[in-house]
Amino acid sequence: MYKYDQYDQAMVDARVAEFRDQAQRRIDGKLTEDQFKPLRLMNGLYLQLHAYMLRVAVPYGTLNSTQMHVLADIADKYDRGYGHFTTRQNIQYNWIKLEDAGDILADLAKVEMHAIQTSGNCIRNISSDHFAGAAQDELVDPRPYAELLRQWSSFHPEFMYLPRKFKIAVIASDTDRAAMRLHDIGIQIVKNADGEIGASFYVGGGMGRTPMIAPNIRDFVPLDQLITYSEACLRVYNRYGRRDNKYKARIKILVHELGAEEYTRQVEEEFAHLLEQGIEPPIAELERIKPFFADPAFEDGTKTVDRSDPDFALWVDRNTHRHKHDSYVSAVVSLKPVGGIPGDATAEQMHLMADLAKEYSFDELRVMHTQNIVLPHVKIADLHALWTKLEAAGLGTPNLDQIGDIIACPGLDYCSLANARSIPLAQKISERFKANGKEDTLGELKLKISGCINACGHHHAGHIGILGVDKKGVENYQLSLGGSEAEDTALGKITGRGFDEDGVIEAVETVTDVYLAQKEDGERFLDTYNRIGMAPFKEALYD
Amino acid sequence: MTDLLRFRDDTPTTDPVAAFETCCDQSNATAVRIEPGDDARALLTFLDRLTLVEVNFPVYGDGRGYSAARILREAGFDGEIRAVGDVLVDQLNNMRRCGFDAFQPNAPLDRADADAAFKTWPEVYQATTDGRNPIWNIRHGANHE
Repeated sequence: MYKYDQYDQAMVDARVAEFRDQAQRRIDGKLTEDQFKPLRLMNGLYLQLHAYMLRVAVPYGTLNSTQMHVLADIADKYDRGYGHFTTRQNIQYNWIKLEDAGDILADLAKVEMHAIQTSGNCIRNISSDHFAGAAQDELVDPRPYAELLRQWSSFHPEFMYLPRKFKIAVIASDTDRAAMRLHDIGIQIVKNADGEIGASFYVGGGMGRTPMIAPNIRDFVPLDQLITYSEACLRVYNRYGRRDNKYKARIKILVHELGAEEYTRQVEEEFAHLLEQGIEPPIAELERIKPFFADPAFEDGTKTVDRSDPDFALWVDRNTHRHKHDSYVSAVVSLKPVGGIPGDATAEQMHLMADLAKEYSFDELRVMHTQNIVLPHVKIADLHALWTKLEAAGLGTPNLDQIGDIIACPGLDYCSLANARSIPLAQKISERFKANGKEDTLGELKLKISGCINACGHHHAGHIGILGVDKKGVENYQLSLGGSEAEDTALGKITGRGFDEDGVIEAVETVTDVYLAQKEDGERFLDTYNRIGMAPFKEALYD
Repeated sequence: MTDLLRFRDDTPTTDPVAAFETCCDQSNATAVRIEPGDDARALLTFLDRLTLVEVNFPVYGDGRGYSAARILREAGFDGEIRAVGDVLVDQLNNMRRCGFDAFQPNAPLDRADADAAFKTWPEVYQATTDGRNPIWNIRHGANHE
């Protein structure tokens, strides 16, 4: 994985010093909360319902065991002994004191980590495929491109006060595991007819209150123009994105209002101008970055799994992913125990995952946008030993992409924006479907819960989505069906009137019963929904 | 003028500063003030007669002025670009990088604080028109044109 050189290190060290100064000025009363707010936000520090929340960046979701150990230490030393992995492949801590923030950033900087631009109206942490560099189906490893974009977007002087936050994802396979088309910019690394590698740009996707799927605005940008093209996309947005209404300020609204064709025309015009400016990094920089992501020394070994232990076999079937080397798999550590808080991990669990990564996965871990952790390169021969240790620590839940593998935002338990609680609902649903045994018969079913219309829990993209709203002071939940964040990207449709908390749990059970009754061979919930449409579900829910 | 923080050797102009609309219609204005919604590219046809462009920031969070300044510099403008309005010390560095070379904020800035702000970053990642060679060029012994 990428290693900082003295320049990268100097940048994060400078940031720590700058933030210490800013926090001290706030503590001394030289900065008002209003003046301090944009500064702390660009360092990932939010003022939440009960305390400060600090969000730490995990660039493209990749980290090593040393970094994971430090994340655990921070949870122990400055928080309440746990951290929360997020849908942007980051980690956040919910109980931080302002006085400690500078020390935390200094601890992070020692292991090449930071909280730069994890919030604020700027370019956020770049996300990527959590199986990058391991997946059998990828064209190339997308992370060198994400790293180049990370450097370009860090402290970009022109784009620190955009109309709204800006999220970029980079993938390099036709299977989309990063919700690429639901980003402000989604980039797929592709090969053209001449066999050259380049970038296909999708711009203007997003969730939130006005979900949109990004249109493709250019199917091939040569690699030696990648940064210049990105800069053109951003400049058009910075100049013309709406600033009159916070809820219409994301780039998806600009692209939608101009139309993809007109937005593209403006980008191409700006691009032609910027090409004259010589702002592109030398292609040698990409070549410098690539070897950091070279394959580790894979060894041939056992290619088959001993399935004599049925619990282990189930975990292998559910929680491992095909690797490009046939003696390895990528193993998913579920942070969704039955009845648990999605994405939470204790300091002890983080230490254990770090140790296991060191022992079994070439010292590497990934954070998934679905709030689980991946050990990307595990020998098939080591799988049983790994699983045994995970099981013992409560990390062996075999539920990847099952109904219990719920994405949920922090909701009203933590978040000052939320209208409704998300976490208790996720806990109850996972308990219900475990207890009634249906999880095992339902197969792949992605359920996502957001506690407000900002959609941090990705409910629009859930096969089943739940949105918490405030209805005259009472928490109420809307149900939607048919969303997808994969390569068949789709936005869910609302079933009808909302439900109270118990009611929405019943409603989820009702729609899964419709699926079980109607499914044809090999169909997932989403496939059945797409074939039979909303009507049978609506009928079961409301008639 | 006492609160003007300026990084140029020439003498500040005393000419009246025209509003963007009038400047575009008048043939003799030498100083102009643009607001966030104004298109800096509309000034490009008569850049050679301008000695000062003031870029107003009604609120610090409106970042359109950063693009405006860069566009002017990219077009070769070498007159003064002055940031006015809600300009805070924490924004100075990025403004300099985008081409601003004078600052006249609503709330006066401390010169020492400003000097400290400009020293925050030993090197920079991106190429702009400020003449700093970005890290990705330094690594490969290349120069920003």
